[in-house]
Formats: sequence, C-alpha cells, structure tokens
Amino acid sequence: MTLSRRNFFGIMAGTGSMILGRTKKATAWESKAPDNPYACLVDLTRCVGCRKCEEACNQANHLPPPDISFDDKRVFDTKRRPDDSRYTVVNRYYGGKKNEQDELLPTFVKIQCMHCQDPSCVSACIVGALTKKDNGAVHYDVSKCIGCRYCMVACPFEIPAYEYHNPMTPQVRKCTFCFEKISKTGGRPACASVCPMEAITFGPRKKLLDIANKRIHENPGKYVHTIYGEKEMGGTSWMYLSAEPFESLGFQKLPLAPPPKLTETIQHSLFSFLWSPILLYSVLSGVMCLKNKDDKGGSHES
Amino acid sequence: MSHNPYPLQKKFFTPGVYVMLVFMLAGGVTILARFIGGIGYVSNLTNLYPWGLWIGIDVASGVALAAGGFTTAALAHIMGKHQYEPIIRPALLTAALGYTFVVLGLLVDIGRTWAIWKPMIYWNPNSVLFEVAMCVMIYLNVLYIEFIPIVTQQFKSRFRLLGVLEEHLDKIMWIFIVAGVVLSCMHQSSLGSLMLIAPTKVHPLWYTPILPLLFLVSAIAVGYPMVIFETTLITSSMNLDAEMDTLTPLSKISIYLLGLYMILKIGDMIVRGTYIYLFDFTAQSNAFLCEMGLGGVVPWIMLCFEKIRQSRKGLFIISCLIIFGVLINRINVFIVGFKPFYSTTSYFPAIGEILVTSGLIATLMFIYRLAVTWLPVLSAKAKKGGV
Repeated sequence: MTLSRRNFFGIMAGTGSMILGRTKKATAWESKAPDNPYACLVDLTRCVGCRKCEEACNQANHLPPPDISFDDKRVFDTKRRPDDSRYTVVNRYYGGKKNEQDELLPTFVKIQCMHCQDPSCVSACIVGALTKKDNGAVHYDVSKCIGCRYCMVACPFEIPAYEYHNPMTPQVRKCTFCFEKISKTGGRPACASVCPMEAITFGPRKKLLDIANKRIHENPGKYVHTIYGEKEMGGTSWMYLSAEPFESLGFQKLPLAPPPKLTETIQHSLFSFLWSPILLYSVLSGVMCLKNKDDKGGSHES
Repeated sequence: MSHNPYPLQKKFFTPGVYVMLVFMLAGGVTILARFIGGIGYVSNLTNLYPWGLWIGIDVASGVALAAGGFTTAALAHIMGKHQYEPIIRPALLTAALGYTFVVLGLLVDIGRTWAIWKPMIYWNPNSVLFEVAMCVMIYLNVLYIEFIPIVTQQFKSRFRLLGVLEEHLDKIMWIFIVAGVVLSCMHQSSLGSLMLIAPTKVHPLWYTPILPLLFLVSAIAVGYPMVIFETTLITSSMNLDAEMDTLTPLSKISIYLLGLYMILKIGDMIVRGTYIYLFDFTAQSNAFLCEMGLGGVVPWIMLCFEKIRQSRKGLFIISCLIIFGVLINRINVFIVGFKPFYSTTSYFPAIGEILVTSGLIATLMFIYRLAVTWLPVLSAKAKKGGV
C-alpha cells in the first residue's frame, strides 16, 4: 500500500516536471495588435460637457431616448456608466483645477469602449464573437454570441453592457467605434465628427500620438505628461490628454501588460497541439496497464 | 471482489423527498420567470457583476465537488486499488449528476440559451472558457458512457441487446476511464485560469498566476472527502452499513492531498506577499481566513488523528469542513473576491438566483435517490434490523 502510494506521487511529480520543462520551450506570447489602426484622441482640456457626442451616438446607433434630455446639465450630478441604452457618457469631475476666484473648475470626461490594442474581451470570448479589426474597432458579431458575459468579466475598463431584460435574444452592447462609418474612406465616428470643441481627434494612432506629444510639449504646464491609453493594458485606440492627474478624473491606474498575455501564455504552453493531455493520457494508460496486470484480484474491471 | 452493488428498492417517498419537491417546484417557477422576463428579472446581476451565484456555485463549485468521479476512478481503476471499487459507482453517479447540473445551471445563466451549441462551431482557442466548455461537454458524455454498465446490469435480463452492449463496452471502457481523468485535470485547472483575465478585479488574496494549479489540486483534494460525505449521508439516510473500512483508509490519502494544497496556497501567499491583506477585516480578508482556517487547517489537523478518522462522526465533520473550504474558495474567487473598480454597490444574490440554485441541487439529490433506489449503485450492506 505504502509503495503504491509512493508510485502514485512519483508519477504525478514526473508528469508535473515534464509539463514544466515543456512550458519553458513554448514560444513567447506575441501581441496581435494592428500596427497603426484608427484611433481617437480626447483632449479633456477642450471638452465643455455639451453632450453633443452622446446625442450623436444615440442617433447613429438608434438607441432609445435618454432618461434626462441631452441639454439638461443636472445629468452631471451623478456619475454614469455606459450601458445598453448609451454607448458613451460624459461625466463631470472636480479634479482640483481652480480659476482666479479660487473656484473649482469642472473637467468633463467622455467614456466609451477604449478599443484596446490587445483586448481582453476578444481573448476571452468563447466563440470569437468579439474581434479586433485592422481599422481599430473591437467588433461584436451577435450571430456567434451565446451570452456567457465572459467579455464583461474580462474588460478592465468595465465597459460591455448587457440587455438583462431581454429573455431570449439579449446582446452585449458597447461602443462600435462606428465600425461601418470608419470602414469607408473619410468616415469618422459620430461623436468625433459632431464635437464642436474639436476635443475628439480621429486619425491613425501613430499620428495621434505625435499630435498628443506635440500638444504636451508646445504648451508647457498645461497637460500632465501622460497620454492615457498609450500604454495602459497594452495600449488602446482611444487615448486621453488631461490637465489634471488621471486618477482624480475617474481613470483607473492600470498595469501596462495586456491581460491576455498571461492567460494565452498559460493556455498555449499547456495545450498547444494538445501535447499535455496526450502525454497524460499515455502515462495514465501505461500505469493502468501495469497496475492491473500484476493484480490477480483485478478481474472485475477491464 | 466482495462488493456487489444492488438497487436498494426501499420506500422512495419520505418527508425529506417532499421537501426536495418543494424546492424543485420553486426553482422551476423561477426558471420559467427567467425565460419570460429575462435574467435581470430574477437576478441581481449587473454590467459590473456579470457573473454571480449561478457561475460561482452551479458551475465552479459544481465542477469542483464532482471531482470525486475522476479521483476515485484514478485510484481504483488506474492505480489498481480494487478495495475502493465499492465507492466508484456512487462517486460516478455524483459526477454524472453534478456535471448535468452544471450544464443546466449554464442554460439558465447564459443569455442565449438556444445558442449553447455555438462553441462547437465557432472556436476561440485563446479563450480559457472555450477550453473549459469543450472539456465539460466531452467529459459529460464520457460520464454517461461510464454510467451505461450500471443501467445495463439492471435491465439486461429483460433486454438481450443490453447484455451485448455491456460486453462490448467493457472491452473499451478503459479508454473512457483514462479520458475522464485527463479531461478532468484539464478543465479543473482551467476553471482557475478563467479569472486570470481580470487582474484588476480579483482581490490579490486570490489572484495568482498559479490559480489553475490551486484549482486542480483542491479539486483532487476534495474528491475523496466528497465521496466520504455522500456515502455517509446516503448510508445513514437509507439505514445502511457505514462502510468505514473503505472510508477510513481513503481519508488517509487526504492528509497528503490537502497538505499539498495548503502548502501551495500558503507558499503562494508568502511569495507574493499578500499576507499584508490578511487582517484588513474586510469581507475579502475575513472570507479568506474562513476559507483557509475552517476549511483547510482545521480539517487537516483533525485528519492527522487516527482516532477521528476512525469515527464515523469525526470523518463526516472532516469531510464537511474540506468541502466547505473548497466551496468557499470557489465562491471567493468568483464572487467575494471579485471587485470591479467602478462598482458602487456590492453583489448579493437575489432570491430568484438562490431559488434556481437550490432547486437544481434538490433535483440533483432527488435523481440521486431515484438512482440508488432503482439501479445497482451502492454496495453497502443493510444494517442488522434494516430492510
């Protein structure tokens, strides 16, 4: 009995060390981010909170009319999140900026899907209903979706929303980056094209990063020296410039590595070519064969 | 072998069974409500808390607690420890029912129930959930195949064809037994990888890159206690012999398995330095202490005493504690430890969610009782004075 138990653990340890040995050899994870997709740069110092972007988004996506009309400023009294009836919202923060009279000045922050370069939701989606397009959009294909909501668990920006009150055909709802519009030449997302303050600049991501850096350096003291979205979670297609620290404006301090890096590394080093299940299967059938051959009492089972 | 499974053929309807029926009815009504009014109508799930009780208990805990199926198969069939054969069938029945229950829970939880087959066509090999789904689907079929001999044994005298089926199946059964163990190892660990995609949301006490290993080891560790737990329950409820001569040696293996799990978990805590959160006295730190202390350290110490292992009550308490520990662990990883940045409220399951889960558990117990009454699952002899 003691001997056999030792064998059992021996086999477990042997298999374990083989798995570890193999993991080291596995190829390193590579980003699947498009090289220079379309992106948007939001300059928070320009936004005046007119909510024209919310209205344009609502119309472009045929969303239901809002609870509080788009010209009602009382909406800023509470912090809102995007949901299934609004893909983008503007919130008001008092980040500490003051005028000459020592009154706090508001900063308006537009939020929507960030369209990550290496999106967690795309990696997580069980059926691949979410994909990162070359033009930058994280695109949702409802015909594949089963409604597991793992994308919502995965999203670090906590953006995808669900139609919880639709019993049979609910969808995941989030900003589409106006995928159809930006697929055409000269097309821009509804929100970017409507903004009267030119707070949202649409264009190729690399060009926008240049613009952002230029603004930071040509206006010393105006901006904090970070472009939010340049590196967070592996970089996003929506990026922000701000005069105040991002943490005081409701932005999360996020790690730079995209989360799929860890999960995909684990999955692929363990399961590429199904090597580990096949190995474990062979080892176990070998053990089964040996253990049952020398056991005279074992006639009961195969 | 001396063991000889037989259908108990005892009185089926007892007061306990009526209680089960009430829960089943309540669960059924709630499920109906879910398919009329939507998930939001019966649950507290939100955009920030997309997974709740149904995933935490029905799926994650259901899979973990059904681990008795593959651990006993590995021990008795693969390692050739034939003295444990009497517990294979009850463990197999629990596993088959447990996984059925997982799938039923999923059917209620996913938004597009009718689309459940789609992962078979649309593959995303990057997705941990895809791998879990594939393994669970195949393993459920393997479990049903492993269950066939129990049915054929009962009915082959009446239907000649079943006897032929049994004979042929017996020759290739080893393929399914080994496959069952391999598939279990794969998805038990991958269930732990599920939450690794959300590093900013899962509390650092649980978020660790070795979460898949912890899930696998804890599933293996909870397998035998689960068998002890249900064997004790069913033998006392059916007034049968306690089978202590099988269960006590089985519990000895748990010393090593639970010990290994505790070492990994505590070691991981030390390496990552997360012990700084231990005494925060938040819901998370309390839940972690509860999980580790009551569900890990206490039963491990109890296991080390042979006297406790030999007493039926002691062994039952140990098993309950270990099961509690693993159950709380899954709930912690998926629910308690899940804190989205933008959440202003915390999640607590709605009465509807609880009714669905309790209804499904009651159904599981109901079918288990049905199966042991009419099919040759249990081998425990009736106590003197019984029957």
